[in-house]
This record gives sequence, C-alpha cells and structure tokens, in this order.
Amino acid sequence: MDRKEIFTLTATELAQKIREQKVTSEEVVHAVFENIDEHECNIHAYLDFWKEESLKKARKIDETIANRGVLEDLSDLPLLGVPVAVKDNLLLSGKKTTCGSKMLQEFVAPYSATCVEKLEKAGAIIIGKTNMDEFGMGASTEHSFYGATRNPKDPTRVPGGSSGGSAAAVAYGGAFAALGTDTGGSIRQPAAFCGLVGLRPTYGSVSRHGLTAFASSMDAAGPITRSTRDAAALFNIVIGPDEKDQTSVSTPKVDLEKMESYDLCGKRIAIPKQLFSEETKENNEAMSRAVEFCRENGALVEKIDMPILDYAIAIYYILSSAEASANLSRYDGIRYGYRASGAEDITELYRKTRTEGFGKEVKRRILLGNYVLSSEHFNDCYRQAERARNMLKKAFDEAFSKYDLLLCPTAPGEAPLLGEIDKDPLSTYIADLCTVPASLAGLPAVSLPFAATEKALPVGIQFIGPRFGEQEILGAARFLEKGGQKR
Amino acid sequence: MKDFETVIGLEVHVELKTRSKIFCSCPTTFGAPPNAHICEVCAGLPGALPLLNKKVLDYAIMTSLALNCEVERKSRFDRKNYFYPDLPKGYQISQLYSPIGRNGYLEIEKPEKKRIRIHELHMEDDAGKLIHNDIDDRTSIDLSRCGVPLLEIVTEPDFRSEEEVVSFLEALRTMLKALGVSDCKMQEGSLRADVNLSVRAIGEEALGTRTEMKNLSSFRAVSKAIEFEAARQWEIVRNGGIIERETRRWDEEKEQSLSMRKKEDAAEYKYFPEPDIPVILISDEKIDEIRSVLPELPSQKYHRYIEELKLPDYDAGILSANKETAVLFEKTAEICGDPKDASNWIMVDLMKLLNDTGTLPEDMVIREESLGEIIVMVKEGKISRASGKEILKAAFVEDAIPKEYADAHDLWLISDPKLLEDAVDKVISANEKSVGEYLSGKTKNFRFLLGQSMRETKGKADPALLSEILKNKLALL
Repeated sequence: MDRKEIFTLTATELAQKIREQKVTSEEVVHAVFENIDEHECNIHAYLDFWKEESLKKARKIDETIANRGVLEDLSDLPLLGVPVAVKDNLLLSGKKTTCGSKMLQEFVAPYSATCVEKLEKAGAIIIGKTNMDEFGMGASTEHSFYGATRNPKDPTRVPGGSSGGSAAAVAYGGAFAALGTDTGGSIRQPAAFCGLVGLRPTYGSVSRHGLTAFASSMDAAGPITRSTRDAAALFNIVIGPDEKDQTSVSTPKVDLEKMESYDLCGKRIAIPKQLFSEETKENNEAMSRAVEFCRENGALVEKIDMPILDYAIAIYYILSSAEASANLSRYDGIRYGYRASGAEDITELYRKTRTEGFGKEVKRRILLGNYVLSSEHFNDCYRQAERARNMLKKAFDEAFSKYDLLLCPTAPGEAPLLGEIDKDPLSTYIADLCTVPASLAGLPAVSLPFAATEKALPVGIQFIGPRFGEQEILGAARFLEKGGQKR
Repeated sequence: MKDFETVIGLEVHVELKTRSKIFCSCPTTFGAPPNAHICEVCAGLPGALPLLNKKVLDYAIMTSLALNCEVERKSRFDRKNYFYPDLPKGYQISQLYSPIGRNGYLEIEKPEKKRIRIHELHMEDDAGKLIHNDIDDRTSIDLSRCGVPLLEIVTEPDFRSEEEVVSFLEALRTMLKALGVSDCKMQEGSLRADVNLSVRAIGEEALGTRTEMKNLSSFRAVSKAIEFEAARQWEIVRNGGIIERETRRWDEEKEQSLSMRKKEDAAEYKYFPEPDIPVILISDEKIDEIRSVLPELPSQKYHRYIEELKLPDYDAGILSANKETAVLFEKTAEICGDPKDASNWIMVDLMKLLNDTGTLPEDMVIREESLGEIIVMVKEGKISRASGKEILKAAFVEDAIPKEYADAHDLWLISDPKLLEDAVDKVISANEKSVGEYLSGKTKNFRFLLGQSMRETKGKADPALLSEILKNKLALL
C-alpha cells in the first residue's frame, strides 16, 4: 500500500488493514514521518516528535500481529498501530509538556492524561506533541513561545488555534488523527481553517485529568480528524467517567452504524440569527449551500432569535479569564518550570518569573481575570457573567425543546493571514462568537469543512447539539460529508 | 475595677483526622519526612484535579450538627487566591459563599453558663510548611501538610474575657474529640485559634477596631495574649489614640504581640467558585443518617450525669470532659451498680494516678472494666480497700487484670467461716485472761482479741466476717 492510499482510509479502517497485514504499522508510521520530513520545516506543527521510538512501537505491534498474539478482538484495540498526535497541553508520561510556554520549557510530565492513556490503550502510537497558543489562549497558534504554526492549505495563513498544531499535523498527513482541546473553540476553529473535522464533546464526557487547565468549567479534549467517522471513533475511545475528575460524567458511545444511516429528513434545524451574519461572503456561500442541502433532504431549517448570544463573548472572556488567572497561579517558579534569576526576595521572584515566563496574551488574560475578580468588580463583572451564562444555558435548553440541531458557521471567515490577528486583539475575541456559546453551555459541537468552492480556502460549518447529543450532531455531519462528496 | 470591656471572636482551625487528604489519596500522617506524602494533586502539578474526600464532608456535617448549625443543602467550594511558597496551587480551596454550616452555637459552663454563637463552619485544605535553615540561610518547603483537611469554625464576637475563650476552646476540643473527628493537639497544630479582639468603654455600644492575633499554640498562650492585647489596646484608646486594623503575631517567649501586617497590605483574595468540584447537594436523608450516628456529646453527658446519676456538678464536669474518663466512668458505674462510688474512685484515686504520672486521659492503658471489677471485689469483701488501690495502680500502669493480680500477689481475703472460726478458737484459748476480763464487762478487750485474730490470719481475714465470728463465739462462752 503506498503513502497516498494509506491516507484514503479512516483510522479504524487503517487499524483493520494493519491487523489483516495488508499494511504494516511500520509502513504507516514511515508514511507519516515522510510527510513530517517534507512539511514540518515549513509548517511547524510539532513541538516534539519521536520517530525511532514510534517505529519501534510499530514494529512491535507488527510482530505481535504476525505471531497472532492476543489481538483477536479488534473492538478493544480500534486504533492498533495508528499514529496519532496530541496537543502539548495534554500530559504524556515521560515527555515534555510545555503548553507552548516558556514557563514549562523543561517540564517533563510525571503522569499521563486519562484521554491520552485511553488512546494508547486503544493501540494508537502517540508520535508527538503539537504546537499551540500558550496555555490555549489564542486562536491562531501564533501565541506560542516556540514560534507560529502555518496553515498547510496556505502557508501564508494561520492554521487557527489554539489547537493549530494538531490541525496542521493532521492536515498535511503528519498524523492520522490528533487530540486537541477546546475551551472557547480551540478544536473547532482550527479544524475549520485546515479543512478538517473537529469535535468538542459534551463538557465532562472526556476526563480533564492531565489536561493543563485554562478555564476549568469549559475545557474539553476532543478529536481533530480528516473525517466524521474518525472523529466518532476517537470520541468513543476517549470518553468515560474518571475517578480522577469529579466533573467527568458517563456518556453514551456513538453508534457508528446509526451514524452512517442517519437521515436529515424530518429533522428540525435552527440557525441562531445572532451567530450568522450574511455580510461575510465565505460563510454566506458555505452556509447557504448547507441550508439548501438540508432542505433538499427534507429538513426543516429556521432562523431563531437568541438575544442572550449577543453577550456570549463578554461572558466567555470574563469567566474564562477569571478561571485562567487562578489556574495559572501555580506557575510561580518555586517547584517546577521556569524560574527567573537574580531576584532579591520572594515577591520579586514571582514578578520576574511570571513577567519573563509568560507571553503577552497570557498576561493579558491574567490581568483581565484579576480585574473581574477584584472586590471592586466582582459583582458587576463575574457575578453578572455567571448569571448571564445560566440564562444562555436556558436559552439553549429552550431551543433544543423545539429543534434537533443548531447550525451556524464555525468562524466568521477563512483563516487570517499570519500577523494579521495581533494588530487588533478585540476583533480576534469577537471572531470567537460562533464557538463560545457551546463552550459556555457545555454542549457538544462539531465543525466540518463545507467550502464555498473547490478551490477556495476551507471554511467550516458547525452543528451544536443538546448535552450528550454527539450521536445526533455526528450523524448530521456525516450526512453532509457524504452529500458534499457526491457533488 | 475595669473601666473597659473586651470583645472577642474566634477563628478556629481544626485538622480532621481522616486517613487521607481532603482532595487526594495521600496519607495525612503527622511528622513524616519532608515531602514524603505528596502527589500531583497536593503538589499542584499541571492537569491535576481535586477529588473531595467523602469522609471530610461527613465530618464537617457531623461537626455542624454537633454545633447546632444549619447544614447548607447546596454547598460549594471557592478558590481563595494568593501567592505564597507553601501554597502550590496559588489558591486555597475553601468555602466563602456557601459554607457547609451556619448559625450554630456552643454552650460553655465556665466561668458561668453562656451561649457562644457560631457564625459559620467551612471546609478547606491546609498549606505546606516553610523550614528556614539559619546556617546556610536557605528556606526549604515541605508540602506534606498540603491538602490536610481543615474545618474552620468562626464564632460571633460573643466573648468578653479570656476565661470564656479558654472555656469555649476546652468545650470545643472535648466535643471534637468525642465526635472522633480530630485529635485537637494545639502543639502539633491540629487545633489553631486566631483571636479577633477589640475594646470599648463600659456602656459603649459600638464595637471598636479589632486586631487579629495569630500563632497561639496553647490555651495559656491564648489567655496571655488576650490579656496583653486588651491592655495594649485600652492603653491606646484611653490616651486618645486610634487602634489600627491589623494582624498581630503572639510571641510566646516575650509574652507580647507584634504587628505582622497592616490592613492595607491585606491580600485581595479574589474568591470565586471552584469549578473543579461540583456543587455538593446534601439530602435530608444524609443529615438524618449522620445525626443518628452522632455520639452523645460531652455537654449532654454532663447534664445526664447530674440529672440521672445524681453526681455533683464538679464530678460531672470532670468525668464528661473527655471521652476516656467518660467511658471508664460509665463502664465502672455499670459494673459496680453505684455511680457515686464509681465517681469517687475516679475522682480521687484515678485522678491522683494521672497527676502523679503526668498521663493524659487519652493515653491511659487501663481497660474500661477493670475499675468496676476492683470496686466489686472490695464491696464483696474479697479484698481490702488498700489492696483495691494497689490493684488499680497496677491496672493503670501496666494494664494488670484485677483477678490475676490478686492471685499473683495473694491479696484475697479469707472469707471461709471455717478457717476464721479456727483462728478465733485459737486466739480465745491462748488469751484466757483477756477473754475473762471481756466477759466480766471490759468490752474494750474485744478490739485486742480481734487484732489477735486478724494476726492469726496474717491479716487476710475479711474484717467484717471475722468480727462477727469473734462476737458470736464470745457470746457463747
């Protein structure tokens, strides 16, 4: 099987072929590293990868298969021998976890994140850690201490973020699939910019144990893949309640056969008018096509009014920054991580360490968080935002009492050019409008590529479902994916 | 005569004696080597999440109920943010907005009966310890104490004297030990009290500016510190000065309080709800379940001892003051069937042993049925009262079993009438003169003859029985 052919398969199909010895895991890992050798110097998707170690693991798997060991039941090892990348804020025991920050430049994880462990248990080979905006704060992967990642679809553009490294790696074939994390859209938006599928699971369905916290009440790990079927397969692997995360919950798995036979006919789909402005050309065309397609296939598509969404950006930036400001306090130069030299006393040590160790965007969020939590502003900022968040959750509950799905763009347009975003942080924040509502409400949402034309840069559309509605949103996404292929 | 009044409120931190920490499974053992008991959670590593120890919640509910608090049905944790090297996460997980218990009270009996109101009770995690080495001028951090569960009990400003404060702390300690939730050892820091104190002229209604005093490691220190601080403040106020709102530190050696930090330096804690721990919902069933297993509290015991067992106030106070004496007393009273007698033995003989050996009631080795058995043996005339005391001492010192000890040391009194009759017969025949005098009216010779009989039995006769036999024999002559 040649490199090209390998990349036509889904992750589970590939694992099946490896099992049937149609292709070896070693060949697959080789194929991936050939792509890395070819593109990584331009794209910079990875912060670290380990080729020899990965090949060794692949050969061991191939050997075991050849010897017909204990691998009879594939359902236990659905990713056997498949190379996967994980975002650098997810801990992998024995490997550096930098979170894209100078603060953790030398930090080696002493344990593995539950979701990463689950991937490994499913047979996946973790080949490297991917670049990201520092601690997940940003939407372009330009806010990494280790340099920006470029978009493989157009290297003059950003891949989105903060899981830009994961998206870029999958997009150029540097991994078969990847895990990202999504606080306010960090899985969905880079997936959209790189022409991939990105799933933000229901809050709590994937354990946060070993996910370096940004905003604890919103952080969710999830897959970035080339297809909806891969997204579903990875989702099924990483979910599950975890005794190491009290906010984790039990979630039903996605039934892949049901997902395949999903039909939009008779489905009720709502488009919140606050999330879709007809002025944006790229989205307008992609969204119009998507709406048209849904209607042609018998779905009811209606615009609805959700006025609370006008406040989504404000709520998100108040609450996520508040939580972040506390979550990042542990990086103080005392026990691990970067420590500034030349400090005279403890206060100066803190100040110098955190001034030198954190980047601009992180410091901006910490300041914002401290502001909204200060006794002067707590009631008019934090408390108000908390109330508004509850209203927003209620507004979604109400919408899902009448509709099966919500549909909206993933981002206002196509991927921005490198350096463009930094000029105006506020407008970048506003660009998160379509992704933050699901984050605030803890709802599952999937972004899938739905370009206006073949040649155009990728744009994503997004399905948002009710809590535990992964079956529904992935079914709908799969239906559109197949429809898109037909055209 | 004092011309001012002291107003005091307390913030008491109690270390709970759960086996594992509040948010992880590390052990809570006191005195472990530095950093022996830490993991990713209590050491604040990236990606680690707190997991609430259910035992801590149970203990907090139990203590809330014992302090007559309303138990919050929807409790939450909050993050208290500040930077300090002994605080690995950069925030303490505490409870500000919805503490587990509110609006309770605890009654004190000394110096007079008074109800001290409890403002609130909440759960939180302890910080680590900084150890400064003067030789190389370096500070090391021991994180083993990080995450040890604490209850903070905040009183209303209801105290007016150091006697009331110490009485409250004693009552609280007794209660917490009876509940089995804490060891309450002030020296080891498992009971820590911060004193909020202000003064005002007699008759003044408005409260004065208060100071907060820390580092009080014994009841004596609490008492001394209050006395000192009240006098210091009144001296300033009386001379027209102004009390500054500040935190002060008690220096036990110098016996004075020193300023630690002024109010304006006080940290802005930026409290907000802890997102990593879901809201704790407490059902009526849960509360009933815990209430049903609450042990009888010392104050309840105290009243029961007075009302039902008819003990004097003083005895009841001492016997109910700690779990060990209460258990021993109740078992002893049950076995000997006489609460007053049981109380006398403990109040006189056992207390003497405790004092003489400097033993704390909780360190006693005597098994709870021993004293009762000793009293019964004395009452039934099987041993003398002096032997009873000897056996009690052996039981107290080395947990001797009363009957075995009596056997081994040949302490049994002779109560076989046949043996005693033989002894009496011998004495009568050997002392004809004395017997004759007795019979002719010199009744005081009876004591001599009884003494001789006792001597004949080598002092082992049951005195009452021996006396009776002698009397009967003489009457028959």
